[in-house]
Amino acid sequence: MGYMTINGLQVEFTDEPNVLSVVRKAGIDIPTLCYHSELSVYGACRLCMVEDDRGKTFASCSERPRDGMVIYTNTMRLMNYRKTIIELLLAAHDRDCTTCVKTNECHLQDLAHRLGVNHVRFKNRYDDPDERHPLDFSSPSIVRDPNKCILCGDCVRVCDNVQGVNAIDFAYRGTDTIVTPAFNKTIAQTDCVGCGQCRVVCPTGAISIRTNLTEVWNAIADPNTIVVAQVAPAVRVALGDRFGLPKGENVMGKLVSALHRIGFDEVYDTTYGADLTVMEEAAEFLERFSAGEKLPLFTSCCPAWVKYCESRYPELADHLSTCRSPQQMFGAVIREYYRNPEVNSGKKVVSVSIMPCTAKKGEILRPESKTNGKQDIDYVLTTTEVVAMIQKSGIVFEELDIEAADMPFGIGSGGGVIFGVTGGVTEAVLRRIVKGHSRLDLEKIKNCGVRGEQKVKEFELEYMGKTVRAAVINGLGNVDAVLQKVKSGEVHYDLIEVMACRRGCIMGGGQPVGAGQKTRTARAKGLYDTDVNTQIRKSNENPMVANLYEGMLKGKEHQLLHRNFEQRDLEAAEKAAAKKSKKKAAAAK
Amino acid sequence: MKIENRVRLKQFRAECQQKHSELKCHILVCGGTGCLAGGSEALYQRMLELTAGLDNVDVKIGDEAHTGVHKSEDIGVHKSGCHGFCEMGPLVRIEPYGYLYLKVKLEDCDEIFEKTVLGGLPVERLMYHEGDKVFRSQEEIPFYARQTRLVLKNCGHIDAEHIEEAIAVGAYKGFEKALFEMTPDAVIKTVFDSKLRGRGGAGFVAGKKWQQVASQKETIRYVVCNGDEGDPGAFMDRSVMEGDPHRMIEGMMIAAYAVGAQEGYIYVRAEYPLAIQRLKIAIAQAEEYGLLGDNILGTGFSFRLHINRGAGAFVCGEGSALTASIEGKRGMPRVKPPRTVEQGLFGKPTVLNNVETYANVSMIILNGAEWYANIGTPNSPGTKAFALTGNVKNTGLIEVPMGISLREIVFDIGGGIPNGKKFKAVQIGGPSGGCLITEQLDVSMDFDSLTKLGAMIGSGGLVVMDEDSCMVEVARFFMSFTQKESCGKCVPCREGTKRMLEILERIVAGNGKMEDIDTLRQLADVVGNAALCGLGKSAPKPVVSTLNGFMDEYIAHIRDHRCPSGVCSKLRVYKIDPELCKGCSKCARNCPAGAITGVIKSPFSIDTDKCIKCGACVDQCAFHAVYIEK
Repeated sequence: MGYMTINGLQVEFTDEPNVLSVVRKAGIDIPTLCYHSELSVYGACRLCMVEDDRGKTFASCSERPRDGMVIYTNTMRLMNYRKTIIELLLAAHDRDCTTCVKTNECHLQDLAHRLGVNHVRFKNRYDDPDERHPLDFSSPSIVRDPNKCILCGDCVRVCDNVQGVNAIDFAYRGTDTIVTPAFNKTIAQTDCVGCGQCRVVCPTGAISIRTNLTEVWNAIADPNTIVVAQVAPAVRVALGDRFGLPKGENVMGKLVSALHRIGFDEVYDTTYGADLTVMEEAAEFLERFSAGEKLPLFTSCCPAWVKYCESRYPELADHLSTCRSPQQMFGAVIREYYRNPEVNSGKKVVSVSIMPCTAKKGEILRPESKTNGKQDIDYVLTTTEVVAMIQKSGIVFEELDIEAADMPFGIGSGGGVIFGVTGGVTEAVLRRIVKGHSRLDLEKIKNCGVRGEQKVKEFELEYMGKTVRAAVINGLGNVDAVLQKVKSGEVHYDLIEVMACRRGCIMGGGQPVGAGQKTRTARAKGLYDTDVNTQIRKSNENPMVANLYEGMLKGKEHQLLHRNFEQRDLEAAEKAAAKKSKKKAAAAK
Repeated sequence: MKIENRVRLKQFRAECQQKHSELKCHILVCGGTGCLAGGSEALYQRMLELTAGLDNVDVKIGDEAHTGVHKSEDIGVHKSGCHGFCEMGPLVRIEPYGYLYLKVKLEDCDEIFEKTVLGGLPVERLMYHEGDKVFRSQEEIPFYARQTRLVLKNCGHIDAEHIEEAIAVGAYKGFEKALFEMTPDAVIKTVFDSKLRGRGGAGFVAGKKWQQVASQKETIRYVVCNGDEGDPGAFMDRSVMEGDPHRMIEGMMIAAYAVGAQEGYIYVRAEYPLAIQRLKIAIAQAEEYGLLGDNILGTGFSFRLHINRGAGAFVCGEGSALTASIEGKRGMPRVKPPRTVEQGLFGKPTVLNNVETYANVSMIILNGAEWYANIGTPNSPGTKAFALTGNVKNTGLIEVPMGISLREIVFDIGGGIPNGKKFKAVQIGGPSGGCLITEQLDVSMDFDSLTKLGAMIGSGGLVVMDEDSCMVEVARFFMSFTQKESCGKCVPCREGTKRMLEILERIVAGNGKMEDIDTLRQLADVVGNAALCGLGKSAPKPVVSTLNGFMDEYIAHIRDHRCPSGVCSKLRVYKIDPELCKGCSKCARNCPAGAITGVIKSPFSIDTDKCIKCGACVDQCAFHAVYIEK
């Protein structure tokens, strides 16, 4: 508590952790490249320097506010420092800005413009081809381009502080410093879960989405294919503001219309897939709960979490639900549906899913995601890529009329929609297992503690005279604390939901970047409002779901809706055999 | 054998002193890194052989660590720590006569043995001479006579690998006093009142640091010693660790007692294997006698010491990078607050001082704050060790009271500039310091006066430069060092030093532009003020101080494409003196660029445009006719 004087104006501060926050609260946007309120303070970019009344300069991100402090934020000296720092960064940056994937969204570009850096006095480092680092294309989720990296460390800290994965860190020193996996491995050789949060915080084009746009455009252009799309719940509330619509507004209607115009033959709603997941997962949960086996049940909707669990907690991997994720359930159902020659009219079907998530790009390649040895989903496009498609097509998105998703998979329940927010999966499963469906019943679930932005949410719910203890883990970095306690027996849960990205899929690694607190709140509200406005709130009451179970799905529930462990074991055996013969061959040599 | 209490310690010390005085003759072969490189190991072996030939003498070395000083024999051969007079190494000191033999060769050993060891007579030709005057004892030599050796008192005079010798000359007396006669608060007060300032660079008051750590709520605390002496040319801390490790360990123990720490870490740079080895031996011996470990001397006070080896990064001398490195993380400075005294090693309050600082503590406790405060200047009390190198007659390790003038160091202790050259400047504080010029020779060497001049004591490197040194090249050299050693975290240091180096390289190659000077100054301002840590902030100092003192040299390089000292090879202009040239054509035949032409038996000439400045002609000319134009 106290007052400080910023540029001659008195500003009150309360619990702001640093001077930078106070300055920003006072309406002065000091530039930064390495400061994020949710990450640890790093203090490397030195752009947030301020000057005090004695002429001392210091970085405002790492200084505690003190009562009576007098600071200046825009003296000639500071402006000169900032300009020089940007100039120095630009000289060490691969400046192919006009063709860079990050152009217009690049923080460095923006600051160069804002601070009036019109000329760089120093020779560009990449004029020398020997200075170039190879790009890392090994991951299906992200691409790393070290030549564009400004070493702000945001990716390193998000991977450590927030996600707890630690796939990347700094190596070497001075100007040789790079961000890399240990021992110069490729990102695919690490425990990277593909969550894409590094790409979300990256201020430049150093980490970007591994795009599948070319493949999808080609498929659309091919007259002999049917291109079908499914759109995940979180996509619809994250895309409108790119086209000037209010933040968090559900633009599913316009999006369906846009996708049709782009050339997708059918556009379905992944909410439908989420409903299938609720059915299967609720059944699996009740089965394990009544038998008291393999509890807690871990949700398996989030592929980043599944991968994390397998690599960090292999001993707990059988606690993961055997259910496929909504994308994969739906993918298998779509494949099955189009197997019918009457439906496919002899054409090849290309199945595309539109997701807020970069890890989903990896999920489709997993053996458990395959049916009959084949990939169910051909390509995953992230929200960001779809924005690019819309822009490329010249579609004036904001003026589009709305269209409904296509049948027979165009209806989803409110329970399915909220999958995009942390706690949503659990809430939908709880709706499924409780008997009533009155407003009061649903309100009770809503208020049981499942909603909110806390890192770990714990709550209890009565079910058939027994107490269900559940935990919702909001962000991968919070997993260890909970699982350590579960392993030691300190706590018991029956159900644990994990979403790798904080706040759930609405803040996924494939979503448009630059989302601050307002946007996050609006996206969550957008999904919850959609839920409220949906007539069908419970997944099991979705008539299309009931139809499917009685029709096409009959007898194939396990094959289509659960993870294909046979395929996994088969591929693992093949891999082992290949490795063995390779070793043998090497030994023979 | 554990020493259980104070009475036993006193007894033990008396035993050690007794044994120490019984020895008729000590042969101390300098085992400092400089002398080892000069072949002192062979001298030591030879001395062992010679003394082993005596019937009633049983000389042991190495494995006698546990048995104490020799019982029956009266001659001991020891490997001592650095004497400091490295210019004159390898050194051999013979006690109790105090003879110091310089530049000793293997073939001198027999004479030393026969004359001195057996006969007690000096070998004068191996002693320090000035004209006809022979300096028989080490203490008389001007190099030593002008010094005040407190921290380095025992360096070179005791066997660094035997705790008994250290104890015999007073080691652990200060610790004993602190532990049995003083409260932790009283210890802190004494150190505070002595105004001892950290010898690592910035000169922060050590007692204040200790006070702050002691006042933290967190009760787990650490004591850390910074032995990552990375400045090029500085080796004061190395000499203490190699020559008198117990002095520093004792200082850490007193600090631990004062702030209530139970664990201590010594961070030693990887390039100091001998220091690490000696410290390991010292710790093992202290543990064996129960001076380190649990329930020390029956007081309930426990303290354990660990050694951490650095991995070759200069930046790990910075406090937060050092603690990160001990923790197993990348050695990178972090932003402060929280400061190391609040959250240092493993996030706990940490006392972090350097080797020399700790080495001062014991004598302050023993002799009192007032005694210490009376040495040196009021605000920078005590002595400071410097590594004197460069163009000076007597290079080596010196220790002088704070406040001494640079002139005394260079001309009295250092013996002035060799070969009749003129003094030009002194680079003080290594790559983080600045240049002091002739006009600044009389400045008082203390923390505050030097800071005012834009230099700093730093860890204490003193590089003397004569008129043949090119100051632009000096700036380039130090900049290339800091640029290579930048950790790469903050933009100003990582990118700024690279660009400053780029410009300096351009200037020494003769491709500089006048606007480069403005850019250099501007970059120096940004790096110096905006960098994250002290190392980055001080990186531009060599450039700024040479720009201030030697602007004419910069201009000569840029505008006239000329290096006034003839150091910068790309700017050299080779000429043939027609008076001396006999026209033999040897230079022309050996010139790889075909730049030399002429008619046999008449003077040749060099075409400067073709010349690639390789210097082959200079080497080939038998008549010294080729010269570099200044």
